[in-house]
Amino acid sequence: MKVAVLRFPGTNCEFDTQYAFEKLGHSTEIVWHEEVTLPKEIDLVVVPGGFSYGDYLRSGSIARFSPVMKAVIRFANEGGKVLGICNGFQILTEAGLLPGALKRNNNLHFISKHQTLCVVNNDNAFLNKCTQGEILNIPIAHADGNYYIDESGFKALEENNQILLRYCDAKGKPMVVNGSVTSIAGVCNASKNVFGLMPHPERALEAILGSEDGIRMLQGFEV
Amino acid sequence: MTAIINVFLKEGVLDPQGKAAHHALDSLGFDGVSDVRIGKQIIINLDIEDKNEAKAQAKEMCETLLANTVIEDYTIEIA
Repeated sequence: MKVAVLRFPGTNCEFDTQYAFEKLGHSTEIVWHEEVTLPKEIDLVVVPGGFSYGDYLRSGSIARFSPVMKAVIRFANEGGKVLGICNGFQILTEAGLLPGALKRNNNLHFISKHQTLCVVNNDNAFLNKCTQGEILNIPIAHADGNYYIDESGFKALEENNQILLRYCDAKGKPMVVNGSVTSIAGVCNASKNVFGLMPHPERALEAILGSEDGIRMLQGFEV
Repeated sequence: MTAIINVFLKEGVLDPQGKAAHHALDSLGFDGVSDVRIGKQIIINLDIEDKNEAKAQAKEMCETLLANTVIEDYTIEIA
């Protein structure tokens, strides 16, 4: 698999993401935000975490107008697979590739810790190596992870199995972490080729560092 | 012309900063505060003389970049 990892001014998870996919045996390329095209024959575009443009105005609001994002929007509209992690998730919602928006955490704190997540839907190109209801341990690190969507949007997400992950306790019961609507931690678009989540699977690849649950998540993209 | 743009979270979307400030005002003994909402003000100087044109331009800026209309409302004042 060939993976393009985007880099904006302020991105800081591009090397972790590159390491993760290379550890899984894939080739990767870091793509600067000023590029107007994506590398050829790409299987997956990852918009990694960080603080693009210093989170000025709103997280992801300025990065979404970068030249490379035009190419990413084209790629996604043609059915290409795109994954946004943390700031990448924020950029994809700002770009309109994913529904909803990410607000400031309800407690106004930057939350950085390991968090248990419950797999809500696995009938997609991302979480197919995980089982429904499975509990994963993945780090989170964000200030603006409070997922908001209006009622009709939420219904559509539920009906189309677009909710990927929820924050939960060790037993799988949804729990409030940042104020997200029904504790949502990740969603996909209606055509299930664009995925976004606040937690960082690329930081959960080694048992010695607390968890290797991220491996099965990222392996999902392997055909 | 100058466009003074105020961007706020929509009614019904919880404003955690407003809530925290409200709580602080209550703690300080300010009575009668029924609601606090915190937004941002963006002031843009435009090289446009026509008021309507300036307003139209500012509206387009809000819709494109300055507000996320999924969660925010905005007001525009042209001065």
